[in-house]
Amino acid sequence: MLDISTWFNDILAGNLIFTAQTLGYYWEGLVTTTQLVFLSLVIGLVMAVPLAVLRGSKHQWIRLPIYLYTYVFRGTPLLIQLYIIYYGVVFVDGIQESFLWPLLREAFYPALIAFTLNTAAYTTEIFHGAIKATARGEIEAARAYGMSQNLMMRRIILPSAFRRALPAYGNEVIFMLHASAIASVVTLMDLTGAARFVYARYYAPFEAFLFVAAIYLCLTFAILYFFRFLEKKLLAHLRPLS
Amino acid sequence: MAATPIPLEVRNIKKRFGETEVLKGLSLKAHKGDVITLIGASGSGKSTFLRCMNLLEQPDEGDLLLHGEEIRFKQTRYGREPADWKQVVRMRAKLSMVFQSFNLWAHMTLLENIIEAPVHVLGQPKKEAIEHARALLERVGLTARADAYPAQMSGGQQQRGAIARALAMNPEVMLFDEPTSALDPELVGDVLKVMRDLADEGRTMVVVTHEMGFARDVSSQVIYLHQGLVEEAGHPKEVLNNPQSPRLKQFLAPKY
Amino acid sequence: MLDLQGYGPRLLEGAGVTIQLALLSLALALVLGLVTASAKMSRNRLVHATATVYTTLIRGVPDLVLMMLLFFGGQMGVNVISDMLYDNFGIDYYISFNAFAAGVLTIGFIFGAYMGETFRGAFMAVDNGQIEAGRAYGMNNWLLFRRIRFPQMMRHALPGLSNNWMVLLKTTALVSVIGLTDMVRVAAEASRATHEPFVFLLPVAAAYLVIASVSEWIFARLQKRYNIGFGGH
Repeated sequence: MLDISTWFNDILAGNLIFTAQTLGYYWEGLVTTTQLVFLSLVIGLVMAVPLAVLRGSKHQWIRLPIYLYTYVFRGTPLLIQLYIIYYGVVFVDGIQESFLWPLLREAFYPALIAFTLNTAAYTTEIFHGAIKATARGEIEAARAYGMSQNLMMRRIILPSAFRRALPAYGNEVIFMLHASAIASVVTLMDLTGAARFVYARYYAPFEAFLFVAAIYLCLTFAILYFFRFLEKKLLAHLRPLS
Repeated sequence: MAATPIPLEVRNIKKRFGETEVLKGLSLKAHKGDVITLIGASGSGKSTFLRCMNLLEQPDEGDLLLHGEEIRFKQTRYGREPADWKQVVRMRAKLSMVFQSFNLWAHMTLLENIIEAPVHVLGQPKKEAIEHARALLERVGLTARADAYPAQMSGGQQQRGAIARALAMNPEVMLFDEPTSALDPELVGDVLKVMRDLADEGRTMVVVTHEMGFARDVSSQVIYLHQGLVEEAGHPKEVLNNPQSPRLKQFLAPKY
Repeated sequence: MLDLQGYGPRLLEGAGVTIQLALLSLALALVLGLVTASAKMSRNRLVHATATVYTTLIRGVPDLVLMMLLFFGGQMGVNVISDMLYDNFGIDYYISFNAFAAGVLTIGFIFGAYMGETFRGAFMAVDNGQIEAGRAYGMNNWLLFRRIRFPQMMRHALPGLSNNWMVLLKTTALVSVIGLTDMVRVAAEASRATHEPFVFLLPVAAAYLVIASVSEWIFARLQKRYNIGFGGH
């Protein structure tokens, strides 16, 4: 243990900015960013699947509200959505008396809500597009073999749509990682927040922001390779042999 | 209604797309063991007629009966629709269709394609379905390709796989929609051979095809359609060897 | 009605800033995109590698971080220069790093990378026979580019360009964070001051939707124009 910490201090010696303390800030920022992005993606995904199915409903009163939701959330900047939720949550009637208030008072949860609603909207459209692109013949075969609408959705349409949506969804995950940088605007100490803090304290823009840029780059590549791996596994059926 | 020995009967089917009437009142009775071939030029309505039999197309008029049980319809704003979709689903499970473009589900292996409907529509135990599927794969000569995905198989293999998928339902009637039209000529033979074997073992089949050899040798009845009407029908020997209508004569004439 | 507790005129000014910023960044991004696409199709390995590094780095780092790097780093660079001028030549001239310019530069630089990918894909989608036919009739490279490749490429590029523009438009909101007074910044300030966030933020959100809808309409018309002769209407 002692060896490692001396080794660590040796490395850090002679540089004023990257002390154990500032690295600690970056680490906490990484944790916050990961939590925010991961939670919003998971909740957003769970919301998006039923929304994408209903988005293709033949009833206009189901289809239209979902279309409006995705249109508004995809058509306006995430920053505005974050501001509206962050500044607006106080004004929801009775919210201050509710048991949720201690959570919503912190910046983390309004940010989580904004990110979740945003990614759910994009993901809904991605899945909706993939569902629409299901080959007509495969749907006909399912109907000809006596599948009900529900069974066909569950066994034929969704499994093949998920696979088709994979590349676009990978982009959405990277997009959310990058978009999460604006959490720092509402005082959250995420990765970018940590970089801004270090910049302000040492007035060292290049060190502070290049370092965080490198971390984001690594995260992006990790996500990229994860999705390439998934595609290779799950899209094997679309590649002809030889 | 008492069950009759007629697995599939359709009466007076009419169908229009917009302004054009493509089926002008067609009827057909498939007794057990019948092999009925529908022939005719493209645009004669033969495929549409077949697709009306399992309601992939909704006929505007006419009746459908399976073993005497009549499919119930109702009128809606959009036209005529089945009154009870559960009845349709039950009925489709007894009629297996083989498509021109195979339509195997692309995200499943061949074996998974074959057990999909038996397990999830008919509720067969998975183990039993797999055993049955393996036996069928052997029949159509695809034992080695059980774990291949459709994109990895030739057209002929896909179509034989699709026939195995149809057989796995233990169908009362098999519907074939131009099963060899999308195949390269050298692959047609294997598929036709499988179909001949099925006919020999007494399967009830309705086949839309351009293969006159198959129609002549295998079928018990040939129906020649022209512009949505039956122009000539009967035993293949009479209809194909001694056509009465000038249109059928022209249709059958060698095209050199 | 438009007064909005005195913030109305400032919001309108902010909207003007947003639109100018978006259009100027778009122009820069289009130029950079064409350069990047040509670089990526170049046979020179150094040129090719440079373009690849550029697009990879840009797509791996959040817009906001790049913006802060350029803006705060740029400000620092400018300060160093003005200190040098003062120390060495006694010239007392303070240059302030312009937030608007920083915004245009960063956004243009970021979207140049995305445009580059779009243009490259579109150029490669043009049927080779079309180009050979041009060569066969004695067109030189420039004429070939202007008369054959560019018009045919645009048909393939437009959907991607439209998409990039919509993302770019929303990205302009980030400049409010580095101190530029666009409509988002005015609305956020007003929300904090008056404690009435919806009164200011919702109209700004609606403004973005209006700009997006108008752009969609324009792109649909452009698409129609470039689709002439390729079937469809």
